[in-house]
Amino acid sequence: MPDELRGKVEPVRPFACHRGIAAPLLRDNVDTDAIIPSREMRRVSKRGLGAGLFANWRYADVGGRLPNPRFVLNQPAYAGASILLGGHNFGCGSSREHAVWALSDFGIRAIFAPSFGAIFRKNCIANGLLPGTVPAADLSTLAGWVAAAPQQNLLAIDLRAGKVSTAKAELAFGIRPGDRQLLLRGLDPIAHTLTAAASIDAFERARFDACPWAKLN
Amino acid sequence: MPEGRSSAPRTLFDKLWDSHRIETDADGEGLLYIDRVCLHERTGSIALAELAARGQSVRRPGHVFCVMDHIVDTRPGRGDATPVPGGENFIIGLRHHAARFGLRLFDVGDENQGIGHLVMAEQGIALPGLTVVCPDSHTCTLGALGCLAFGIGSSETEHVLATSTLRLGKPATLEVVVEGVLAAPATAKDLALVLIAEYGADGGLGAAMEFRGGAVARLDMEARMTLCNMAVEFGAATALVAPDAKTIAYVAKRPYAPAAPPEAAWQALRTDADAAFDHRIAIDAGAVAPRVTWGTSPAQGVNVSGRVPPPRNSSDRRALDYIGLEPGTALTAVPIDAAFIGSCTNARLSDLRLAAAVLKNRRVAPGVAAVCVPGSSQVKKAAEAEGLHRTFQAAGFEWRESGCAMCFYAGGETFGAGKRVITTTNRNFEGRQGPGTRSHLASPAVVAASAIRGRIASPETLDAMVP
Repeated sequence: MPDELRGKVEPVRPFACHRGIAAPLLRDNVDTDAIIPSREMRRVSKRGLGAGLFANWRYADVGGRLPNPRFVLNQPAYAGASILLGGHNFGCGSSREHAVWALSDFGIRAIFAPSFGAIFRKNCIANGLLPGTVPAADLSTLAGWVAAAPQQNLLAIDLRAGKVSTAKAELAFGIRPGDRQLLLRGLDPIAHTLTAAASIDAFERARFDACPWAKLN
Repeated sequence: MPEGRSSAPRTLFDKLWDSHRIETDADGEGLLYIDRVCLHERTGSIALAELAARGQSVRRPGHVFCVMDHIVDTRPGRGDATPVPGGENFIIGLRHHAARFGLRLFDVGDENQGIGHLVMAEQGIALPGLTVVCPDSHTCTLGALGCLAFGIGSSETEHVLATSTLRLGKPATLEVVVEGVLAAPATAKDLALVLIAEYGADGGLGAAMEFRGGAVARLDMEARMTLCNMAVEFGAATALVAPDAKTIAYVAKRPYAPAAPPEAAWQALRTDADAAFDHRIAIDAGAVAPRVTWGTSPAQGVNVSGRVPPPRNSSDRRALDYIGLEPGTALTAVPIDAAFIGSCTNARLSDLRLAAAVLKNRRVAPGVAAVCVPGSSQVKKAAEAEGLHRTFQAAGFEWRESGCAMCFYAGGETFGAGKRVITTTNRNFEGRQGPGTRSHLASPAVVAASAIRGRIASPETLDAMVP
């Protein structure tokens, strides 16, 4: 059996504050097939997927690695970007967590968009990547300010305060309270839930008593 | 059991939520008990490998079912080899870990193998009143049975396997009332495409939606599955249809269904009169005509008889550029290179019957590559028992083994860059069916008619065709 089939556990990285270069990708409905095409999901593993990130847009040759100079993440001005500014319904489509693994592996720590695909948003939380909601008009303002000098005009994120700020202004971003807590703590969700194992067992017993048909052997 | 204590009127979703909620934490996130899990080779293999590496067990292995569907080859005579580089590792990995954890696997070659969402319904694993998850966004398909079904990520899948629970914020509720008569040749697929076009690819607001109304009640179970399947393309968290006599008849005597079905309990799974939804949409099924998409979002669609609209924004311009169409073009003037009938959306027996009725005594237009991939091995067998395969083959369609296949290029197969495909699948995203491939979503009837005509076509227009 190949080594990658054996799995490898890594702790979830907590997120509190981050400061970095932001890149605009403001189109609507950026789907997870675009974030990582299925052909790039070659390994039975969560790691090493960064090279396949946005492959259809980022590379000029299909299946190759020749950079497309027009794609934002290939432009020198945005080199080292760790924050994405996206459009409506960012991460819609397939549930593939590979999309978040690829973003993380590439170095993205946070995404701001007016709205997110529901499964993608949860996958971000599970991997310590911040999905913050910001109204489209505010995003345009942020993108405009960043675009003037991307390598200098960094964004500073304070998750506890729910703020993203530039040197000039500060904006509030939205995040579900539960998601905020998970990101801040960087908790292992399985270990956390298993602290309630007795409640789960008791609930299950009552459920099977009431609905015996729900139980299979 | 810990039912909701309130006697206030509740929606179907509220009832399912309440009957599975173990606790709600300080942040308002619910911990839900999960009754059934479906895993496939693409991400199930990874989730199980991670669980093994943790030294974690599967809490209730008898409730976990594995399928080979995502990257298996669909060509006749298949084995573990797939055209995907490294694809075999996913198949071997799932098989290895399913055996290690003692999970029921519907393997390549199993007579019950198929696309997970079909297998879960066919086998009676998904049932009214249950919670079901799968690391696949189209798990919402199963809401058609009146079960609460969520597509989830790999990490969440590991969590469910280890704890039998899923943690999530309670979604808002959205009522979609469909009245009027959905008349042939329009189908549930067309209804879904109209809904998404009218309200947008995020029109579902991340909500738990319930399809209600006379038009929904009249749909057969398979059509309800098609409708619920498209809920994720609408940006909904999941979709539901309340169980009725059709549901109970559908579920009866399936292998994993109870021998004595709790019919009264299942019939009670309905939204109370006066229960309030957070949002409401009404749609007239009588106004739905055969549809086709012209862009790269399921929301970018029109009637087959319509024209490519002028772009409203940069997303539309980008889509037109990718799809290679000019505004104002009549869709029926657009030639196609390929036709695909398959996927969890539209590859059930009723879909194949619809397509076969159009294909009967006709031939696919010269130069059009046409492929049919039945959604499950059971569908394939049932279709063959009726002789449908002969109709498909006589018309010039390839007749394949079941799997997700060319819906998303995961089988490593594509019709090719720049090729225009009319397809019964659910996503027309850039590159979804292969790099540069242009996808037009439609119903099985429209796909079959287009294959015959060699251009996008609605079935009722074929009779006027010059042979």
